[in-house]
Amino acid sequence: MQILEGEGVTKYFGGLAAISNVDFEVARGEIVGLIGPNGAGKTTLFNLISAALFLNSGVIRFKGEKISGLKPHQVCRAGVARTFQSVKVFGNIPVLGNVLLGSLFGTSTGMSSPDATREAMESLEFVGLSALRAIPAKDLTLANQKRLEVARALATKPELLLLDELIAGLNPTETAQAMELVTRIRDKGITIFMIEHVMKAIMSICDRIIVLHHGEKIAEGTPQEIATSRTVIEVYLGE
Amino acid sequence: MRGREMDVAIFTSKRSLVSGSIILIILVLLATLPFYSAGYTVVFLTSIFMYIVITVSWTMFSGPTGYISLAPAAFFGVGVYTSALIGFMLPLPAVIGIGGLASFCLALLVGALTLRLRGIYFVMFTFGLVELLLHFVLWWEVNITGTTGRVVPTVDNTTVYYLMLIIFAILMLTAYFIRHSKFGLALQSIGEYEEAAAHTGVNVTGLKIVTFAISAFFIGTAGAIMATRWTYIDPRIAFNPLLSFMPVLMAIFGGMGQLYGPIIGAAIFTYLEEFLITRFPYYYMLIFGIIMVVAILYLPNGLVGLIQKLRKGVLRRHANT
Repeated sequence: MQILEGEGVTKYFGGLAAISNVDFEVARGEIVGLIGPNGAGKTTLFNLISAALFLNSGVIRFKGEKISGLKPHQVCRAGVARTFQSVKVFGNIPVLGNVLLGSLFGTSTGMSSPDATREAMESLEFVGLSALRAIPAKDLTLANQKRLEVARALATKPELLLLDELIAGLNPTETAQAMELVTRIRDKGITIFMIEHVMKAIMSICDRIIVLHHGEKIAEGTPQEIATSRTVIEVYLGE
Repeated sequence: MRGREMDVAIFTSKRSLVSGSIILIILVLLATLPFYSAGYTVVFLTSIFMYIVITVSWTMFSGPTGYISLAPAAFFGVGVYTSALIGFMLPLPAVIGIGGLASFCLALLVGALTLRLRGIYFVMFTFGLVELLLHFVLWWEVNITGTTGRVVPTVDNTTVYYLMLIIFAILMLTAYFIRHSKFGLALQSIGEYEEAAAHTGVNVTGLKIVTFAISAFFIGTAGAIMATRWTYIDPRIAFNPLLSFMPVLMAIFGGMGQLYGPIIGAAIFTYLEEFLITRFPYYYMLIFGIIMVVAILYLPNGLVGLIQKLRKGVLRRHANT
């Protein structure tokens, strides 16, 4: 069953088509990668799904229901959580408070305060930040801030998680930990749609990969198919 | 671990008991004040409380979100004019309530229109609102009613003092609950990264508008009360732009990190102004300006920051000996 579908999704910035007529699907339980050269429109597509931007035409459906046209907080409560390419944690709020915001405001039904605290603690435990819960988020390392963003997103009890360059800027050890975190999230039953530049990481973890170039979808398939696709190689390496 | 958490719980409950009793004592002292002090003190304290109410209301919204509003004078003026328009028809508590509600409704409308603006655009618009209302009322009075200014039913000083004290108490309770509720946390997240707050499920627009309106409510009530002390008002008195800048300065001076920051900021500022005007009538603005510059340069977190620094220093000295 498809958890996320986009049909003819199009977004213009002025006269430039940042995303033009893109169709995509993500099935429940999958890890789907979204790759493409810089400026291909990957983050724009995420912004359209999470309603940070409105789309000019096309439709996006989540669990069969149209979510394009909703507000960001409504998309979040519907069950689509996200992280950001440039980390956006609430720096002066303690780590636990960051995650609490997710469980207090982001779930579909809303939670009482003790339940929300329990949920937030579980999310922190899951990403391994429990010990740091009392310090302001700005004092965390980049790797931990990225984990915190994941914990905050998980606290909203999403069914689909959009990860925008989780690994960028991490060292090899941290990268391995982040990849392991992604698989554990999938094992919880949460579908993952992720943008990534680190090919080795994305090839090893994804079930399927979608390739964007100049705002258009140029290829789609398993990691093997993408790795051997002529069009993809041309786009990345030139002819 | 559990033992330590228990200790902390007992410690904090002891501390809140102490600060609770201090607050109660202060309130009792303030409530009985008119019985044993000179009339001037009551009048002076009323204007201190007016500034405190405006400053705390302003900080309630602008402190955590970082949206610097210069609209307080507009909301205050709406309260003042409500008092002038219906003051002779209804009992005073009803007039004050309606004054607050009128400001509340205006803030809902203005908030819905402008809270998508950020930074300097929001500041400019809110200040424009003050000028717009001022000149609209002026135009209305000149062209439609034919008279400028109105008479407001007067009330004795002690009643005005008590009404202001009651509004102050209700405001502090409201500010405390907002600050310590999940909405306080959400307001702070809006100030840090509005976009991330929205994607975490916070209805940022709704929360901003409602908090803006609650803050306007209290400023409106303060205006409705103060009008009764002035007997005669006109648009330039009611919509005095200075009342938009004072709360910003007072909140910065006091510090916005703690709830009591704006209170001590407003109280000391008002006292200082009064003191300087009477002692140095010719140099008062100059001295005032110097104090403000020094405060901004050396007290980035206001008086609250200074108090916390001193307290930490004392604790460290204790630990060393």
